Amino acid sequence: MAGTPGRRSDLYTLSGALPVLIAAALFAWFLGMAPAVAGGEVLRWAIPWVPSLDISVSFLIDGLSLSFALLITGIGALVLLYSAAYLDGHEHFSRFTLYLTLFMLSMLGLVVADNMITLFVFWELTTITSYLLIGFSHAAPDSRRSALQALLVTAAGGLALLAGMILLGVAAGSFELSEIRAMDEPFTEHAMYLPVLILFLLGAFTKSAQFPFHFWLPNAMAAPTPVSAYLHSATMVKGGVYLLARMHPTLGATDVWTWTLILFGGFTAVFAMVMAVRQTDLKQALAYTTLMALGTLTLFLAAPVGYAITGMMTFLIVHSLYKAGMFLVVGIIDHETGTRDARLLGGLARAMPATTLAAALIGLSMAGLPPFVGFIGKEILYAGGLEMPGAMLVLGAALTANILLFATAGIVAFKPFWRPAGGELPKSPHEGPWPMLAGPLILAALGLGFGLMPVFIAEPLVAPGVEAVLGREGTVAELTLWHGVNLPLILSLVTFAGGLLVYLAHQRIRAMLAAAEARALDFDAGWDRFLDGLKAVAGWQTRILQSGYLTSYLMWIFATMSVTLLVTIGLRGGIDRVPVFPMLDVTHWIVIALVIAGSAVAVFSISRIAAIAGLGVVGIAVALIFVLYGAPDVAITQLLVEMLIVVLFAVAALHLPLLPREGFRKLHALVAVVVGGLTTALLMMASDGPIDRRLTDYFEIASWPEAFGRNIVNVILVDFRALDTFGEIAVVVIAALGAYALLKGAPDKEES
Amino acid sequence: MEPVLAIVVGILMTAAVYLMLSGNMLRFLFGLILISNAANLVMFTGGRLTTGAPALIPYGADSPAGDVANALPQALVLTAIVIGFGLLAFALVLVFRAYQSLGTLEADRMRVAEPEEESK
Repeated sequence: MAGTPGRRSDLYTLSGALPVLIAAALFAWFLGMAPAVAGGEVLRWAIPWVPSLDISVSFLIDGLSLSFALLITGIGALVLLYSAAYLDGHEHFSRFTLYLTLFMLSMLGLVVADNMITLFVFWELTTITSYLLIGFSHAAPDSRRSALQALLVTAAGGLALLAGMILLGVAAGSFELSEIRAMDEPFTEHAMYLPVLILFLLGAFTKSAQFPFHFWLPNAMAAPTPVSAYLHSATMVKGGVYLLARMHPTLGATDVWTWTLILFGGFTAVFAMVMAVRQTDLKQALAYTTLMALGTLTLFLAAPVGYAITGMMTFLIVHSLYKAGMFLVVGIIDHETGTRDARLLGGLARAMPATTLAAALIGLSMAGLPPFVGFIGKEILYAGGLEMPGAMLVLGAALTANILLFATAGIVAFKPFWRPAGGELPKSPHEGPWPMLAGPLILAALGLGFGLMPVFIAEPLVAPGVEAVLGREGTVAELTLWHGVNLPLILSLVTFAGGLLVYLAHQRIRAMLAAAEARALDFDAGWDRFLDGLKAVAGWQTRILQSGYLTSYLMWIFATMSVTLLVTIGLRGGIDRVPVFPMLDVTHWIVIALVIAGSAVAVFSISRIAAIAGLGVVGIAVALIFVLYGAPDVAITQLLVEMLIVVLFAVAALHLPLLPREGFRKLHALVAVVVGGLTTALLMMASDGPIDRRLTDYFEIASWPEAFGRNIVNVILVDFRALDTFGEIAVVVIAALGAYALLKGAPDKEES
Repeated sequence: MEPVLAIVVGILMTAAVYLMLSGNMLRFLFGLILISNAANLVMFTGGRLTTGAPALIPYGADSPAGDVANALPQALVLTAIVIGFGLLAFALVLVFRAYQSLGTLEADRMRVAEPEEESK
């Protein structure tokens, strides 16, 4: 693997270096826009895509997009660099960086898209690329299952989102989000508001793993650690949060919005943190803290209050920094010691000094201690929570989540390094290579740097972001370390004290939780049951519809046709007057008698020759009808074909077995009578009322002057619609060739 | 006159569907013949019926004299009859060939592609 003599590290190959350079270049490009955006500018590009549907590929960069774009490209560059060492020598290394780069670009497209259809395309692209990344270890069944689970949950939400977007676009009259935001009349007054909101929330909640769609996220940890660090902390899962923030000016500021987000976000945050303390796998613990962060972000998007949104934006950045960094640290631990079990790990500080430093800095930020940016983020959240409706509920949720977060920071960032090991480690620990250390160290330094100088994130990112989320100038809370002694500070102190207690008691709490979990509802198992049920339903309906029996297929076809026709006739009204039956003369009676007699013989006879003769009689009766009503050409063809059929069948019958005797099939007879009756009714309805003779009139007038034929039917066939006739001849030729081939092919003796 | 033919078509359809639902492939083919006839009559009747006046242009005239039968459905029915015959002939050969290979005319016993499952 890494360090094998004579082997060039994957970092220095095209597939190792190029993605890092792309990400870094994009980061620099977006960073160049920061001054303009900080100055309140909104940048927009648009290229027409489907002009007839008013769909264009349009991109818009404001504070919100830019914050996300910088996180995506910046952390992307570090993660790509890290992966080059983490997966160095992996046989599918190029595939991995390709997926990861594609994912990064999709995510970037998602956060800068202005047109809803463009946004949706990128949204789905992130779903698909993340499916590939989660299932990267495709040989492991677990990994495949997790990937499919993530795909199904987020893609189902994506479908809801698409429906919501189309509904919104049609109702608002534009697919450009910026145009919808600029409309005078708020969309929240629109009759379609509630359905649109529900569909958007479904999309956002599945993507951002809000309860009860949370279960796919911890499972997605089957992916290699850099993927977890990137997708499941900094970017993809925040797609849903981004969508909520983006739609905040359009859909927010109503009671439904506020309370839905408070309840789901708050519950997710607390629930996730309880689950996080329960985990023994470091990566799983971090996965649940991500859920907590997503819940918190959702929670603080609930209200159109400047302070709360400032808290949301700050926490978004803070969380991305420490979570990506922490995942990368866990990746190093895993890579260098061979385990991620919190119960085993310990005493790594001596062997891995650089990792320990990064972990300590990141852990302190994660725990929310001053002077780290995590502290500022937490203070702002508390301050924002005070301003929100349902302040007690919001603060309660935030406080509980933060106490547990503090404890988890201890479990992940402190215990493995400073406490004695709990058992034998699979590998003797040593320091990771520099590309793996670069990411955590830079992110750790940023966490400290932004804490000391919050103005670097406040001016270019947070303030314009808040403005974009609120859709107007809002009160942006000031970011500083020291606000004086106030309620947020007191709450922070409570958090530290509570967190310390939970950390000290975490082993006992874990045991209690494990016992409780055994009795609680297991969503993951529920998912399996859901899928099994779905498959069972699919299997059941396939067995019924696709039984493999010809008679059953025909029954379904005829029954479906009958039901469709009956419903249509019922809805649209049937025959509104009794049809006029003229007096019939002898010829007509003869024709009708021939049809009935011939059909009866064909149906009931068990003699093949009698049945074929009956069919011949019907054919001749039909020919007579053509003669009676002025269609001599048709009658001649009919007679000719009828004779051919009789001859063919008579010859074939010599080689076929006798017809079996069969009883009267009541069900089949019922279906047959219904289909026959419906055909009669349809034909009566169709021939009642005026007929459009425009085409016939044209043929009658044009036949002689244009085609020099006096038999209009023939002229239609050989002149006006000659190509149809040519096609017809081709069909007959193909049928003849097919029949010839079938007859000439030697019978397969083995199968008889 | 159209309602009368509608009833004739209904009778043909009933007989055709009943025959097609039989498991025996020869009866199925009989049903196919009848359903072709019924379909042709539907087209013909849908274009309205005109007694005893074929769609012909007399010598010396540029267009037909008076009301003549609707030529368009006739042309369609002519095409349909021939195609129906092609289909029927091919289907007959197919059934014949299937009988040679499989030794049965019962559709539900022709299960080379989808063998009977054990569980059923």
